[in-house]
Amino acid sequence: MTASTETPLLEIEGLCISYFTRAGEIPAVIDFSLTLQGGESVGLVGESGCGKSTVAMAIMQYMGRNGAISAGSIRFKGRELSALGRNELRQLRGAEVAMIYQEPMAALNPSLTIGAQLTEVPIVHEGISRSAAKTRALEMLSSVRLPDPERLLAAYPHQISGGQQQRAVIAMALLGKPSLLLLDEPTTALDVTVEASIVKLIADISREFGTALLYISHNMGLILETCERVCVMYSGEAVEIGDIEDVFRHPSHPYTQGLFGCIPLPSCDKNARPLVPIRGQLPLPHERPQGCFFGPRCDSFREGLCDQDLIPMAASERTRHLVRCVRWRDLPSERRVGKARPKTPAQIGEEVLRAEGLQKYYPVHDRSLSALIRGQAVRYVKANEALSLRAQASETVAIVGESGCGKSTFAKVLMGLETATGGELVFAGDDISSRPVKKRSQKQLGSLQIVFQNPNDTLNPSHTVGAQIGRVIRKFGVERKPGKVRDRVYDLLDTVKLPRDFYKRRPRQLSGGQKQRIGIARAFAGNPKMVVADEPISALDVSVAAAVTELLMDIQQDHGTTLLFISHDLSVVHYLADRVVVMYLGRVMERGTTAEVFAPPYHPYTEALLSAVPIADPDIQKREIVLEGIVPSALNPPKGCCFATRCPRKIGPICDEEPPPFREAAPKHVISCHIPLGEDKRFPTPC
Amino acid sequence: MTDLVDALDTRGMVSSAVRAVSFFKLLRESWVGMIGTGIIGFWVVIALLAPLIAPFDPNTPLQPFAKPLTEYVNGDGIFWLGTDHLGRDILSRVIWGSRTVLFYAPLATASAYFVGILMGLAAGYYRGRVDEFLSFLANVILSFPVLVLYILVITTIGSSGINIVIAITFASAPGIMRIVRGLVLDLRNRDYVAAAQTRGESSWYIMLVEILPNARGPLIVDTCLRLGYVVITIGVLGFLGLGLPPPAPDWGGMINEARSIALAFPHMTVIPCIAISSLVLGFNLLADGLREISLRD
Repeated sequence: MTASTETPLLEIEGLCISYFTRAGEIPAVIDFSLTLQGGESVGLVGESGCGKSTVAMAIMQYMGRNGAISAGSIRFKGRELSALGRNELRQLRGAEVAMIYQEPMAALNPSLTIGAQLTEVPIVHEGISRSAAKTRALEMLSSVRLPDPERLLAAYPHQISGGQQQRAVIAMALLGKPSLLLLDEPTTALDVTVEASIVKLIADISREFGTALLYISHNMGLILETCERVCVMYSGEAVEIGDIEDVFRHPSHPYTQGLFGCIPLPSCDKNARPLVPIRGQLPLPHERPQGCFFGPRCDSFREGLCDQDLIPMAASERTRHLVRCVRWRDLPSERRVGKARPKTPAQIGEEVLRAEGLQKYYPVHDRSLSALIRGQAVRYVKANEALSLRAQASETVAIVGESGCGKSTFAKVLMGLETATGGELVFAGDDISSRPVKKRSQKQLGSLQIVFQNPNDTLNPSHTVGAQIGRVIRKFGVERKPGKVRDRVYDLLDTVKLPRDFYKRRPRQLSGGQKQRIGIARAFAGNPKMVVADEPISALDVSVAAAVTELLMDIQQDHGTTLLFISHDLSVVHYLADRVVVMYLGRVMERGTTAEVFAPPYHPYTEALLSAVPIADPDIQKREIVLEGIVPSALNPPKGCCFATRCPRKIGPICDEEPPPFREAAPKHVISCHIPLGEDKRFPTPC
Repeated sequence: MTDLVDALDTRGMVSSAVRAVSFFKLLRESWVGMIGTGIIGFWVVIALLAPLIAPFDPNTPLQPFAKPLTEYVNGDGIFWLGTDHLGRDILSRVIWGSRTVLFYAPLATASAYFVGILMGLAAGYYRGRVDEFLSFLANVILSFPVLVLYILVITTIGSSGINIVIAITFASAPGIMRIVRGLVLDLRNRDYVAAAQTRGESSWYIMLVEILPNARGPLIVDTCLRLGYVVITIGVLGFLGLGLPPPAPDWGGMINEARSIALAFPHMTVIPCIAISSLVLGFNLLADGLREISLRD
């Protein structure tokens, strides 16, 4: 790190940014100050709408037609950025400051090859020849650890995987040799194992090239892994800035403390130490309260003290640690910990669902002549292969896996939106594997309902909330009379902790978390035996997700419903599941109780997943397992173990040739791997 | 079917009236849309008040070949826009002719939409064989030159008001079907459709209650454009002598009758042409305004 006596690389002072809309001036960022030395990495954390991306855009001086810096200054290497002209800015962007966005596919031009897009950077900024640029691009592609750079230069963006695309974007950003790299949620669109490798790459690169990083993320765990300092933002303000160690061990602002209380850490437990959601929701930019913006949601709020003037940042005795709170000295600097749930967990009852050797193949027709000659006119995507699992009453069973592992296909088969190709799927005593929705009885439909992932898609924008929930109640015959139906809808709104006047609202008037609550109310309206939750919280912000998770579990316990929780997020699964099924490429890799799956002996894939999950706890030491390669196509899965192509613990040719056996590590704890159980010397639990 | 009535009932008359008012408040912000609405409104008023404001009977021969602003020799009044070769007052014929257009154009458009929406919903929702069949049918009709199609249909079933509606439905429904099909293919993958399926709703309930209301935005804009297009079509049919049987006042027919003497008496063709163009312009401007508003949010 450079000595602090030099001119800082980036100096932001009292920055205020506003957007001017038809409704008037909307302040997006208020009084934001941050100093970045060369080679330093700083994280910018906050929930959506807190202004963290706006700060990055302001550094790039790229705020759209209606955005403007209304006060403060941004100095880069001592130069005031807002004073620069268009040509100077163009020299700066890409060459001095580079930005990496969330969606690699949107950052790359789909109609140009990777090579054309990479070589453009040095050609434009340094004016070097095409061939010299190509050599540089090749070097850079190997330093972002992309295999076969020659081939990649000629490839179009859609021909490579998402992880490779993001690596190419990083290579493109680094080609200009910037001294500052802005990363705006660079891994949010990627799978955990890919994310882990990209995060490692970013950390390596900042060390190798001495590039300073401003890492924007909503994920505290990622910030812990990549940054030296962190700045927490809330509703347009920085509320706490400090070294990672200080902020993570001694969070001083109530919002930071609250955020940690919302993250399902391995130390949490759904019964003994549940999550503590932050109540209320983020204020809209034009409805911010007087004084502290976090006031209305804060448990330590004092009238007459917190609701007066704007609160300045105050320095604590820790170095470089600032807090924007008037009461922080009176409050303990620690994470919030939940109180034990008053209710005893419901008794696990009889078997509700049993899948045995379930298969779902999608035919892919290839009508080309060569395919016909080779006899491959019809090939099959094996979305689910030999899937076996069980779920009992009042139990939470989680299916974990990365995208494309077949977990959503299983949900579709279960719901009857698709029919299985083979195997058995017994729900409440009936085999429903080949019975589509149309052929299921109203009772079967009512007892099996689903909560969807995308809050913006789950409710019909044309109908009111009341009409949509009421429809379910009438359809499943819970109530018939209009008055009774209405009362029942009110009850459900109470259950999901929403005000009753939401009855008449339309979905566009609700926030994401509220829509998801309505989705949950709708799923539980017909008193189901089992609810499938397909990534119900992955599109939500941390604090909202915590509230929805807790709500889902409360309702589940009250109703004694079985919950099939589909997720890619191991932390959440660890927190709320009773039993876990780990899937990869349509097959079950490991299944058992949560305690068994999250402790050795592991399946190598489970182990890799666990090490990939970022954990927002500085006390936890993880071993790094970075999975290489990409997930094979489900059209043509490996012949032996389907994980063999990426497995870091491959024991020999047997892995490539023979499908692995199912070994019982304990009763009902099954691992599908060639490694004999006794022999494995795997590292102690990271979780 | 009770399901459908149920669902429609929850929306209520009051709320739709409220929404109509707020819709016009929104439209006020687009001046293009307001001009369009003004032109259409002008013609609607003219058509409604035709018996009161038309100075003469549209079908009575009075004084042939009179230029505009000629006085009526055998009686009271002025031929503001002149008379045609049979001596009928052009102003009165244009006024009464607006009734024809403003009655048949919306009727034909509505009928085309009814058929097109049903076909598009079925094709987009069921996909597979149903889609292949309906899309093939649509392509066959669309591959015909439209005029030939009109002539074919009208000469087969005879020329009358209702037959104009049938011909236009026949020719426009495939285009509408394609738009609706495209919208449905996107909307059918929404989670709320899956939610409706998993509670056992019938296919037509899902299509009409869950999907169709969410496709309304683009369809409303398209309706306005298509209304303008149908106005032209009705004019063309009248011009070809396939419109309303004479002597009913019909803008297209007026142009046709004066065709051979258009150079000597330009007012006989120009005035109905202006009438047609202005109404089409009105619909197109309204469509532009609506699109502008829909893009704004």
